[in-house]
Amino acid sequence: MRRRSLLAGAALAPLGLALPALAQPRFASLSMFIPAGPGGGWDGLGRAIEQVARGAGLVGSFAFENVGGAGGTVGLPRFVAQRRGRGDALMVAGSVMVGAVLTNRSPVGLKDVTPIARMTAEVGVIVVPAQSDIRDIQALLALLREAPGRVSVAGGSAGGTDHIVLGQILRALGRQAREGSYVAFAGGGPAQAAILGAQVRAGISGFSEFAEQIRAGRMRALATTGETRSDPAIPTLKESGVDVVASNWRGVFGAPGITAQQRAALTALMTELVGLPAWRELLATRGWEDAFLAGPAFEQFIQADTAATEAVLRDLGLVA
Amino acid sequence: MEAIQGLALGFSHAFSLTNLAWAMLGCLLGTAVGVLPGIGPALTIALLLPITFQVSATGAFILFCGVFYGAMYGGSTTSILLNAPGESGSIITALEGARMARNGRAGPALATAAIGSFVAGTVGTLGLAFLGPVIVDLALALGPAEYFALMVLCFVTVSAVLGGSALRGLASLGFGLALGLVGIDLQTGQPRMTFGVPELLDGVNVVLVAVALFAVGEALHMAWRHRDGKAEVLPVGSVMLSRTDLRRSFWPWIRGAGLGFPFGVMPAGGTEMPTMLSYYAERKLAKPEHRHEFGTTGAIEGVAGPEAANNAAAAGILVPMLTLGLPTSATAAIMLSAFQSYGIQPGPLLFQSQGELVWTLIASLFIANVMLVVLNLPLVGLWVRILKIPQPQLYAGILVFATIGTYGISNSVVDLILLYAIGIIGMFMRRFDFPVAPVVIGMILGPMAEQALRQALTISEGDWSVFLTRPGSAAIMGLALLALAGPRLWALWARRG
Repeated sequence: MRRRSLLAGAALAPLGLALPALAQPRFASLSMFIPAGPGGGWDGLGRAIEQVARGAGLVGSFAFENVGGAGGTVGLPRFVAQRRGRGDALMVAGSVMVGAVLTNRSPVGLKDVTPIARMTAEVGVIVVPAQSDIRDIQALLALLREAPGRVSVAGGSAGGTDHIVLGQILRALGRQAREGSYVAFAGGGPAQAAILGAQVRAGISGFSEFAEQIRAGRMRALATTGETRSDPAIPTLKESGVDVVASNWRGVFGAPGITAQQRAALTALMTELVGLPAWRELLATRGWEDAFLAGPAFEQFIQADTAATEAVLRDLGLVA
Repeated sequence: MEAIQGLALGFSHAFSLTNLAWAMLGCLLGTAVGVLPGIGPALTIALLLPITFQVSATGAFILFCGVFYGAMYGGSTTSILLNAPGESGSIITALEGARMARNGRAGPALATAAIGSFVAGTVGTLGLAFLGPVIVDLALALGPAEYFALMVLCFVTVSAVLGGSALRGLASLGFGLALGLVGIDLQTGQPRMTFGVPELLDGVNVVLVAVALFAVGEALHMAWRHRDGKAEVLPVGSVMLSRTDLRRSFWPWIRGAGLGFPFGVMPAGGTEMPTMLSYYAERKLAKPEHRHEFGTTGAIEGVAGPEAANNAAAAGILVPMLTLGLPTSATAAIMLSAFQSYGIQPGPLLFQSQGELVWTLIASLFIANVMLVVLNLPLVGLWVRILKIPQPQLYAGILVFATIGTYGISNSVVDLILLYAIGIIGMFMRRFDFPVAPVVIGMILGPMAEQALRQALTISEGDWSVFLTRPGSAAIMGLALLALAGPRLWALWARRG
């Protein structure tokens, strides 16, 4: 790792000479821990932070470590054990980990790391196959209110974000979360295929995952789960009379046991990063929604999210 | 004829010097990655993702697809030479391939795998170019009920690898099914048989189990039973395919490719099921004079068929990715995220909105296939020399290779403990004549069948009759029954007549 940062330093040296206006980097090097495999959403956020932070000279070099599996609960204990007290370590995590810690009964949770900032969020979308006789969200809600077991809904793994949205809808309709007929698929591909092939009545997933199918007319979007409309043509659940607002958020966390100064330095770094034009540009290309939230507000958000998730999971019978 | 125009356009772009160079680089990298243990195409492409900031989209995707195809070629090499499959699609190849290598036929086994990969890759890419949008709509009509029926059909193939004693074979299968249960249950999100070890939450890696039972078990057994004094060298024999080998390989290649491609297109198909079905089919269809080679000295049909099925399925996986934007494998998921970092949203409109890119990509796949067979056939002569190493040293090397590869998959010590624990079980299974193949088959099919069964039952609200009322599912179930009972009834009838 030492050689890597030396090399990176050597590569950056001419850049520093060419741009004398750039200040000293805030961090000579940062270690970025991704509790998921390369190529996924958390990995994408981590590498996007690297791209922008290094481009702006905020951080000299990054060392990445990916430890994937089980919604992040395999990597989290390793981050907590190996990076304790290190002010130059970051971990990417998000709402998926909140649920995974609860369902996997992991002894280590987000309470054991230091929240720095929420970075992005993605609203969910509820769809039906294009040929479905369910025309709008009210029709689906009526069916769910009447006989939830009759409406098979496809989504990602059990106890995950999509499952929780269905549970919240059922609770808001005065039903029990566990009455739903949720069909869990491993990954977005098989779930999308089941919806496109009309094997299930409806589906729930992140908006970006289904956006192309909706645009091509192969799926009909009924509602999104945001506070406001993400697409002007698609209503939100909230305006349709169901008080459910949910999003799949991703953020960064520091190591446990770091000092207040170390924590402030990491927060300042992320605050400066999200102010850069390059970050705005990157959000636009990737289609990510800016959800920056730092400090005590972020901590309160995590607590509220954990409590809401736990309530649904308990209702589903997935958490004792 | 849209496809022909598209291909013409694609070839005109693909034949530029830079694009050919990207394809060549991808093929070299892919072959290396396929041979190296522990590192697969998905991880390699993920590590290459940062180049998307620098390189044009066309160049990057040609590179990625070269890696993807190259890894499929390289994957069979370690299966055959070292009995250590590098990916789940090559596990079945090891059954006959490693036996051929132990009997001085490593050259023909490697050659038939390389040419079979070429034939299947070409068939699969043709399918992608001409049938893609049609076949993908058919594949979408398959639901969990049909997948469960397909898995039942695949379970019949276990009967081909049970060995002498059905009881021992079924015990092995049960062990595999139990191993497959470890990890988080997808339908409820609850951990099962993980004993509080976080590394077990994602289950036991099937490639790890295959390497442990096949390679580590064999090496340990060798060390146990080896007698001092005579350092044997395995015979290497002829390197090239003889005319008979070619004749025996031809139809398995075609059948394997025909089986593999549709499974690859199916969103929950994958590469494992077609290799099993191909192995079963070749074993049953082999000429009586060659049938005794299966499971003893190694039959070339058992390498040619599954290897072709594996490669055609890999090409098939690109169909849902390019026509619908569906990631149905880890590699496809990473390629889709690469599309997104170019601001391209892969979906049903990709062929229209990015026609040039897609057709150049498909044309490059044809070119990469030719490059790979030209690259891999001369390598056969080089690879077989590994077998000239005296046995004790060779098996020691296999152990080192398996250990490094396993550590490379996850950087986890837990996996190394599992590798040797299962390896020791494999050693005793060999000693007491338990077949090891049913363990791996049970471990692959068990969890898949369980998920499909429970998904189908959730959709049908617990009504078991779906497997018979849905025509697709009923037809496949009937086929499974025929495959299980057919040969016995036939034998009975033949004896009477």
